[in-house]
Amino acid sequence: MSGLATIAKRLLEALPTLFGVILVTFMLTRALPGDPAVFYAGPAADAESIAQVRHAMGLDRSLPVQFASYVEGLAAGDWGVSLSTGRDVTEELSRRLPASLELTLLGLLIAIVVAIPLGVLAATRPNSWVDHICRIIVTTGVSMPVFFTGLLLVYVFYYLLGWAPAPLGRLDFMHIAPDRVTGLYLVDSLIAGDVEVFRASLAHIFLPALTLGIFALAPIARMTRAAMLDVLSSDYIRTARASGLATRTVLFTYALRNALLSVLTTLGMVFSFLLGANVLVEKVFSWPGIGSFAIDALVASDYAAVQGFVLAMALLFVTLNLTIDLLYAVIDPRIRAAS
Amino acid sequence: MSALLEVSDLSVEFRSRAGTVHVLDHVALSIARGETLAVVGESGSGKSVAAFSIMGILDDAARIPNGQVQFGGMDLLNANRRDLDEVRGREMAMIFQSPRTALNPIRKVGHQIEDVLRRHGPVARGDAKRRAIEALEQVRIPDPARRYDAYPFELSGGLCQRVMIAIALCCKPRLLIADEPITGLDVTTQATIMDLLAELGRETGLATLLITHDLALASQYADRIAVMHAGQVVETAPTASLFAAPRHPYTAGLMAATPTSTTSLDALESVPGRIPPLNADLPVCRFAERCPRRVAECDDPGPRFDADVQAPDHYFACRRPL
Ligand SMILES: Nc1ncnc2c1ncn2[C@@H]1O[C@H](COP(=O)(O)OP(=O)(O)OP(=O)(O)O)[C@@H](O)[C@H]1O
Ligand SMILES: [Mg+2]
Repeated sequence: MSGLATIAKRLLEALPTLFGVILVTFMLTRALPGDPAVFYAGPAADAESIAQVRHAMGLDRSLPVQFASYVEGLAAGDWGVSLSTGRDVTEELSRRLPASLELTLLGLLIAIVVAIPLGVLAATRPNSWVDHICRIIVTTGVSMPVFFTGLLLVYVFYYLLGWAPAPLGRLDFMHIAPDRVTGLYLVDSLIAGDVEVFRASLAHIFLPALTLGIFALAPIARMTRAAMLDVLSSDYIRTARASGLATRTVLFTYALRNALLSVLTTLGMVFSFLLGANVLVEKVFSWPGIGSFAIDALVASDYAAVQGFVLAMALLFVTLNLTIDLLYAVIDPRIRAAS
Repeated sequence: MSALLEVSDLSVEFRSRAGTVHVLDHVALSIARGETLAVVGESGSGKSVAAFSIMGILDDAARIPNGQVQFGGMDLLNANRRDLDEVRGREMAMIFQSPRTALNPIRKVGHQIEDVLRRHGPVARGDAKRRAIEALEQVRIPDPARRYDAYPFELSGGLCQRVMIAIALCCKPRLLIADEPITGLDVTTQATIMDLLAELGRETGLATLLITHDLALASQYADRIAVMHAGQVVETAPTASLFAAPRHPYTAGLMAATPTSTTSLDALESVPGRIPPLNADLPVCRFAERCPRRVAECDDPGPRFDADVQAPDHYFACRRPL
């Protein structure tokens, strides 16, 4: 019960942050170069028709008035209409967000599955070949820009080897998207029991997810290694060894669980980096996510869409931080006791 | 009578950035069954390193160029990890200074005891919990069934040390190594923990290696005392014999630095000088630089250990003993 109360409290605490985000994006979009009225009136428009468009868009009102009506709309669940696509921003976002999330989460999963065992191995055998490989991967991972990794993977696995499908979105035209339950194709196709579509989705998502995975690998592996080294030299590990506990128990039940506390913090950071890197990866793989949507909207001075995108991101961050705090509490009794 | 634990000729060095640190130099120690041996010496004299070598928990930078550790007929230094893990926690156990950090901070203390119980023998699930609570009860922790679910941060330092003792003794070992078990605890807790250790030792016929820098504490609880200085054992003797007639100048210096009921605190003098840096070339006698009785032959190579003529189990490493 106190768990729910904690969640509610944390969400309330996030409200000022969200309001700040709303205010800042609103101001920023107004400060950006480009006048949407000019953009939408078209190249042939004269001053009068531009003024008409501006009036129709409500852009001739004072900023506070515009802001008030924007917040009012948000409160009523109306995020505005995207001028470039003509659809509700909420509709656009909810259609595209799952594509981005599926990509980011799979990328993170790939990174975790590789980086944590790698970090543990490197920490338990300092200066062995595993440790050197870990160091090489970490250095490569941080020094390769995301779009470059993406292009390289496409070049090798699509162009040269032909193992991967063309980097053109979530599915090719031969497959129909599964009925929407979660919006994640991998999950929905399994729910629908459609192995064919599952395989096709996996083939399409694999390279972009791997691109993100490679990007996220480095910080996670480095943190796992450092945290494990730190924990392994701690007093309680010495106690565990002096008690003759099996290597497995010492390593996993005693060391890794403690090390995960620091890794978790890094995971939160990596996830937010990934959301940023997503934008580039989505461009490279023509992925219909919110990142590519946001870039297009920015270019078109599509205020409502850009604001909607930033707000969606902010909400995502709030959720992410909450999730991480909850995970902390699961692992660490000291935090449970404090709240 | 053969010793339970016999450390002989043990040297330990660490590779470090400042060169090789020669921490232990031909150390010899032995403990009989049920006996309490105190190892006494200033900070940095290598007491913990000696204990860690016995337990096989030295860190990777350590090297053992020579020496033997025999425990109940087993050659610990050459044993493989599997055999060693059978002995550690079951036949010999260790408790540490700063009990708070010596316990896993995110695991219930009851589970930490169970981990050791399970490791060293088949225990049924429900049985493990019962035995863990018994172990807590044995170290006189009030309300043990409730403490079973506690995390270390919920317990006082004294209680944490009791939990450590419970973990160490739950498999009924024959040897307990207690490395400064009461440092960092408040004074009243110190006495109760020491009394508990003494009492449990008597009850179970446990041999104890008590590491301390406090000669007074050692005299109170130990049957025999080994005095260490800069990685060398300088004198070993039964407690009474050592106090009656210390033969090594360092021991005498320590005694002068130890408060007793008859000396006042003002009369105390600390042993002059400091332990020499262990990463340099060291003289035969590492106390020589500080020694008021130093003579030329102190620097001669060769064996230095000698037994007292009147008290044959009183040994000292000095060319010009008191
Ligand atoms: N891992 C290590 N690397 C290098 N030197 C070490 C290492 N561990 C211990 N030493 C050195 O060994 C010497 C003895 O240390 P040890 O901890 O055994 O002393 P001690 O007698 O237990 O002292 P204290 O009373 O402070 O616990 C010290 O000079 C220390 O610097
Ligand atoms: Mg010590």
